[in-house]
Amino acid sequence: MSAIVEGRTGPFEMVIGLEVHAQVISKAKLFSGASTAFGAEPNTQVSFIDAGMPGMLPVINGLCVEQAVKTGLALNAQINLVSVFDRKNYFYPDLPLGYQISQFTKPIVGKGIVTIDLPDGSTKDIGITRLHLEMDAGKSIHDIRPDATHVDLNRAGVALMEIVSEPDIRTPEEAGAYVKKLRSLLRYIDTCDGNMDEGSMRCDVNVSVRRPGEGFGTRCEIKNVNSVRFVMRAIEYEAARQVGIIEAGGTIDQETRLFDSQKGETRPMRSKEEAHDYRYFPDPDLLPLRLDPAWVARIKAALPELPDARKERFVRDFGLSPYDASVLVAEKENAAFFETVAKGRDGKMAANWVMTELFGALNKKGLDVTRSPVKAEALGGLIDRIKDNTISGRIAKEVFEIMVETGRDADAIIEEKGLRQVTDTGAIEAEVDKVIAANADKVAQIRAGKEALKGWFVGQVMKATQGKANPAAVNQILDKKLKG
Amino acid sequence: MAKLTDLTLKAAREGLAARNFSARELAEAHIKACEAARPLNAYMAETFDQARAMADGSDRRLKAGEGGLLEGIPLAIKDLFCTKGVLSTSSSKILKGFKPPYESTVTAKLWQAGAVMVGKTGMDEFAMGSSNMTSCYGAVTNPWRRKGDNKPLVPGGSSGGSAAAVAARTCLGATGTDTGGSIRQPAAFCGLVGLKPTYGRCSRWGIIAFASSLDQAGPLARDVHDTALLMRAMAGYDPKDSTSVDRPVPDYAAALNGRVKGLRIGVPKEYRVDGMPAEIEALWQKGIEWFKAAGAEIVDITLPHTKYALPTYYVIAPAECSSNLARYDGVRYGLREKGADLAELYSKTRAAGFGPEVRRRILIGTYVLSAGYYDAYYLKAQQVRTRIADDFRTGFERVDLVLTPTAPSPAFGIGEMMDDPVAMYLNDVFTVPASLAGLPAISVPAGLSADGLPLGLQLIGRPFDEETVLRAAGFMEEAAAFKAEPAWLGEGRA
Amino acid sequence: MAIDRATVLKIARLARIEVRPEECDHLAKEISGILAWVEQLGEVDTRNVEPMTSVVAMELPRRADEVTDGNIRDAILANAPEVEGGFFVVPKVVE
Repeated sequence: MSAIVEGRTGPFEMVIGLEVHAQVISKAKLFSGASTAFGAEPNTQVSFIDAGMPGMLPVINGLCVEQAVKTGLALNAQINLVSVFDRKNYFYPDLPLGYQISQFTKPIVGKGIVTIDLPDGSTKDIGITRLHLEMDAGKSIHDIRPDATHVDLNRAGVALMEIVSEPDIRTPEEAGAYVKKLRSLLRYIDTCDGNMDEGSMRCDVNVSVRRPGEGFGTRCEIKNVNSVRFVMRAIEYEAARQVGIIEAGGTIDQETRLFDSQKGETRPMRSKEEAHDYRYFPDPDLLPLRLDPAWVARIKAALPELPDARKERFVRDFGLSPYDASVLVAEKENAAFFETVAKGRDGKMAANWVMTELFGALNKKGLDVTRSPVKAEALGGLIDRIKDNTISGRIAKEVFEIMVETGRDADAIIEEKGLRQVTDTGAIEAEVDKVIAANADKVAQIRAGKEALKGWFVGQVMKATQGKANPAAVNQILDKKLKG
Repeated sequence: MAKLTDLTLKAAREGLAARNFSARELAEAHIKACEAARPLNAYMAETFDQARAMADGSDRRLKAGEGGLLEGIPLAIKDLFCTKGVLSTSSSKILKGFKPPYESTVTAKLWQAGAVMVGKTGMDEFAMGSSNMTSCYGAVTNPWRRKGDNKPLVPGGSSGGSAAAVAARTCLGATGTDTGGSIRQPAAFCGLVGLKPTYGRCSRWGIIAFASSLDQAGPLARDVHDTALLMRAMAGYDPKDSTSVDRPVPDYAAALNGRVKGLRIGVPKEYRVDGMPAEIEALWQKGIEWFKAAGAEIVDITLPHTKYALPTYYVIAPAECSSNLARYDGVRYGLREKGADLAELYSKTRAAGFGPEVRRRILIGTYVLSAGYYDAYYLKAQQVRTRIADDFRTGFERVDLVLTPTAPSPAFGIGEMMDDPVAMYLNDVFTVPASLAGLPAISVPAGLSADGLPLGLQLIGRPFDEETVLRAAGFMEEAAAFKAEPAWLGEGRA
Repeated sequence: MAIDRATVLKIARLARIEVRPEECDHLAKEISGILAWVEQLGEVDTRNVEPMTSVVAMELPRRADEVTDGNIRDAILANAPEVEGGFFVVPKVVE
């Protein structure tokens, strides 16, 4: 995938912007005291306000305000000290009030920047247009009965942050990296759990195409895409579709589309509404939200170290490549694990062990780092044994496998299995002599110039010592003896 | 002893306290009056069994010496208030059969204070109207008649049922709500005192919303003292209403000392509107004289944007109502009309459920908020509203109260003024400005029209200065010595 | 501004209120009349005037993040025209 779509008539460029709906971590809803917990029986987590009963009034959850501010700060964004809640008016059965309380002209957070990390180790800044607080709608279920839609309001009123990006994204990879980075940031600061399969993060993707250097084309919005992979696939499909239409002499209709993850394609929403006219106006049940700058400053001071800063520190302090550092910091638990392993040790080596061996093993077991059978201290202990030549790298992998299965310390395993590396040159020399004596023909070949056979000799010696011989010592002794 | 229904609320409290009669007896007397007054159609739901049970509870508490501020006092509740398990419909077909599983904050406070509910009163549908003609339960009749004329008159609106219920002495007081004059105008039409408190003084929680930035609950009663007592019980901070103001509730009745000497009374010249009947003008002048004679200072003031208050109101209120009434969609409660699909279910339900005035306002509100018109109508109106509020702020630098008529006419005949919505809207010309500015305002019966109908004068105060408003109202009540009684009482007694 | 039948139908559609064709002319006339009357607001100089957002001078109160409500499904569904399995039910919605 690249930034350019090669059409039949020449190249096109994609222009992509994302609107991410992130569910705020809070116990209670944005404007009511009902619970936000996932998966309850239908309509049990509903207050009279959430159900739009006559005379009911909203009162805002202070924590949700704080979470939005925290998120804004993590997005390097401007915090608006005065923001306003507006009503977005439309009819839908899972929207009990007949309007969504949202923020339109004066959102709580203004312009910001998210730096995304790309596989080649480079980064790119994606502009954030705004972040605003709004309430979620309920859930319509269409497959209980063929003739009816069933409505569950448990989710109605849960706080969402809508995070809108500038149309700065140019490729599906960038879009994927953007969603991942956003999720990482939100998880670092505990404002959204980022669980896309539970719907706590959902993306609306705006896609258009243009000839390089031209102005923006007409965009289509793909609604409610719920995984990073689908975001990327939806963009690819949609861009190709638009290029196809333009090349056939057609024009793009600005429309809302759905992504069919089964077929891997987008299709227009069937409910062809007349152009939406949401009739936004300030909600008269609520007053403007004013923030105390000192309060905002306190939240800022209390922010944890964020992924970008951590990445920079990992590069600086541990000598990691920017890409490795970005992989390690993406999940704060991984980053913390790595730091414990790397502390006082060879950072690159620690990164290799964490990223290759540990992540590989965890992946196979379907575990995340918080449930790793090998604790960070234990992995550090294993690396120490490599460094002090107690074991070779190859033996270390064997030890690690046992650690993964048993959760035991490296030292205990090394002792029990007698895996200490043999560094006694006398013992190694004896083995080398044995092998040379038994293979005079091969020795002759080496001496005749077939240098490649040396590896075979190393292998024989290692085999004879069950891999415990120090490989450097074996090489050195072999060189001496074979030359002789 | 006088008939129990002739007592004021204050006198009834004293009688109950002295055990001259029981709360149950007081309730029964009012229930009987309610039954007799059925031709007026003031109530859309009678709650007599509940009233008896509540009165018995009051008697137990009174016996134990524990009575609250309104212990055993029979009250009527406007149908806009949600009352738990009791029909609450804002007199609209769309809320057909709706019995809320919750109690509004204001009514809960009244019951907490010991009051007894005799019934719910009819009103203009969703509080939209000045005549009580738009109720789905049919018109309410004003207990008053013109001299020598039996033509039924409107009680005003939208709290017309509450006003008629109090004027016909079927209860000792009632709750109303006022968005642009809906307490004050019916109070004036029915010869009662009606107070619209400062916006934020009474909780709106559990009151079916019309226009959220304007709606405010308040009492209607026979006199200023009763109004003060009711006000004390209804007011107060409610954390469930984000626009409720957290400040202590004073003992309003204690402020009624009748002294107005040194008070500065503003008379805004802009309220001399074209075509105002001479008798209204004369009454206003009389009010000015009363204050002057008692040593108050009369100050001519200007509220330059007064003439824009009504058009401002008729943008903002419909805009808010178009959104507030979106929840009536036939999905979760109330009326549902069948439709081939959901869109049809919505549009048929809402067409069948809303009456013509409500429909008209929803359509206007939808229009003024729609793309391309928002700035020209809604935003403009909110800007003009700022200027109207600024006018009052400037005015109150020089005066303590503003004195005006309450309505440009006395009660009119049922069926009159129905053809031209704008002519009907003009009823609110004197009451709307204070609503837009969120100020407390009271209507006090101050005289009779030439054909024998009550006329009211309005006092507007500073935010949260209900005490001064009530004090001056008490003075005005005494000065006016309004003793006339509605024709109904004569007929009812016969 | 005078509004026409098409506009009446458009706003009626937005407001989800069925308007019969024979009502359109009357409604258009009435609404136009009210709007014409409202347009006198244009006379007011509102340059640099903030639109009013609230008549009360106070801060927006904020609740603590506590679960204080819910688990009242019966009350939530009690007034509903159609209910099944704890859900509200409406005619099929097509997305």
